[in-house]
Amino acid sequence: MPVVLAAADLDALVQALAGRGYRVLGPVARDGAIVIDDVRRAADLPIGLEDVQGPGRYRLERREHDAFFAFTVGPHSWKQTFHVPVERLFQIRRQQDGFSVIPDAAPRQRVALLGARACEIHAIAIQDRILIHGEHPDPRYAARRSDVFVVAVNCRRAGNTCFCASMGTGPRAERGFDLALTELIEPGEHRFLVEIGSDDGAAVAAELPVRPANPEEIGAAASVSERTAAAMGRRLDTSGLKERLQKNLEHPRWDDVATRCLACGNCTMVCPTCFCTEFEDTTDLAGETAERTKRWESCFTLGFSHVHGGSVRSSIKARYRQWLTHKLAGWHDQFGTSGCVGCGRCITWCPVGIDITEEAAAVGLPKKDG
Amino acid sequence: MPTRKKKKPKLAVFKFASCDGCQLSLLDCEDELLLLADAVRIASFAEASSGVLRGPYDISLVEGSITTLHDVERIREVRAQSRVLVTIGACATAGGVQALRNFRDVKEFARIVYARPEYIDTLATSTPIADHVKVDYELRGCPIDKRQLLAVLSALLSDRKPSIASHSVCVQCKLRGNVCVMVAHGTPCLGPVTHAGCGALCPTYHRGCYGCFGPAETTHTGGLEWALVAAGASHEDIARTYATFNAAAPPFRRAQEEQLVQIRPKEGGRG
Repeated sequence: MPVVLAAADLDALVQALAGRGYRVLGPVARDGAIVIDDVRRAADLPIGLEDVQGPGRYRLERREHDAFFAFTVGPHSWKQTFHVPVERLFQIRRQQDGFSVIPDAAPRQRVALLGARACEIHAIAIQDRILIHGEHPDPRYAARRSDVFVVAVNCRRAGNTCFCASMGTGPRAERGFDLALTELIEPGEHRFLVEIGSDDGAAVAAELPVRPANPEEIGAAASVSERTAAAMGRRLDTSGLKERLQKNLEHPRWDDVATRCLACGNCTMVCPTCFCTEFEDTTDLAGETAERTKRWESCFTLGFSHVHGGSVRSSIKARYRQWLTHKLAGWHDQFGTSGCVGCGRCITWCPVGIDITEEAAAVGLPKKDG
Repeated sequence: MPTRKKKKPKLAVFKFASCDGCQLSLLDCEDELLLLADAVRIASFAEASSGVLRGPYDISLVEGSITTLHDVERIREVRAQSRVLVTIGACATAGGVQALRNFRDVKEFARIVYARPEYIDTLATSTPIADHVKVDYELRGCPIDKRQLLAVLSALLSDRKPSIASHSVCVQCKLRGNVCVMVAHGTPCLGPVTHAGCGALCPTYHRGCYGCFGPAETTHTGGLEWALVAAGASHEDIARTYATFNAAAPPFRRAQEEQLVQIRPKEGGRG
């Protein structure tokens, strides 16, 4: 049964998680955006702030309310927490009779995600499927994912670039959480409906000053998600999309988007499911130590498809087409799921505001002149 | 496993038309400077020592652009004496800010600046080293990034190919977790079309990138115009931004011309 936590008691949740040894990560306002960082108390959350997003544009605005979670998703995603941007894997040291390899210790972290949205929980599940259960498991990713507490937050608003409803990934978190909060704000009453998704979640909830939810509160929370679903800024018709995209690899729209795309790679960096990496080996000046580093890579760089003789995808058209068709079509063949969760980050954080929903829809239509 | 060969490689630093800032990055290596001095024989480095060892050199770092006939001859000699030639900085890789002369009458400049312009013996253009001799590796920037310099030297000392990413600054910005200054603050930024290497230095301090590393691989400056204008930059601003340290790098030169074309009709209207 869901329970109710007064908004004034939200800090009890933060402290309960910290008390269990979790590093609590959540939304924090910094540098004009809501980013993910350490949350030490509920007052660290971006109270009263809303994000206004559009293609290539993001602004934070203060509102006349004291909502804790009135914003949608920002430039960061939980990808940074588990599939970290840069990490060293091992060092090699020269020795008199050869060399020794010193692997970096397996990462250990006990983290609580405070405020993961439904789309983000889906994104984490997609990365798990690839990086833990896929053909090439990443033990360091798996280690970072092994001790995680998820506090989901059901979105009260949909952003202008949101389309989770089209992708079937939100706005309501259905699973993949320990606790799920829906913020209910009414005159004189500010509270959270708390759904319990696991035994760990139940144990944490038992430490909080909660009471059982009444049917009105459960209904109010459902209405929040319904209103948000109806307010999506974008939509994408996914019926037959995979086939429509894969059939239209020579569509003129690819040439059109190539006149706008900068191949800067921002879309892939902010995408919560993009997982490609590059390995780099370095040596020191003395020639005594070498090390291997892994970092995020983007299919928009020339180096990404560089094989003997040059880059396979030398044109921006080829790179954009690769990214979009892989994300929305090829992933189904490769991983049994779409690579897109409809979070809209690639639209907002594209410097020139290229909209994946618009491009996919245009490519999916028959060519005008055949 | 054998230890590295005993004979230390000879490193030389050569200067052409430049401000010396890039070669000073070598002295700026501070913590690594002694290690470097241990790993190589510094054969020629006027900023550090007046002593000069004769060539040939294993690694030559070349700073500056070619602006005189004497430069043209000297860079050929440097090339002939160098096993590996690495150009460092915007002057050496793109002609530098002094390449603005390429688009004007250099004789007129000389008349304005010098009391006795007839003493000035200069070429009409400032050109990158690679226009004159084969260059093995190039390090961009005004100035270069000392970590990249060390990375290249370390690689060459190990007979390893250096890894120098040529993608956009945006990739490095995102790896650092920065909030995009253009999307979130409306600050015009050349990051999307600029060559990485600085570690997204300016955006990390909430300033727009001004392109001192020059054009990234497959640059698409025309596409960026929309965003720069949306961020409040005028065509004059954009043209001026492209007309700095890498003004003569072909993609930035084209970008500048595209903006100038859009200004001129307005000027005509006013006149």
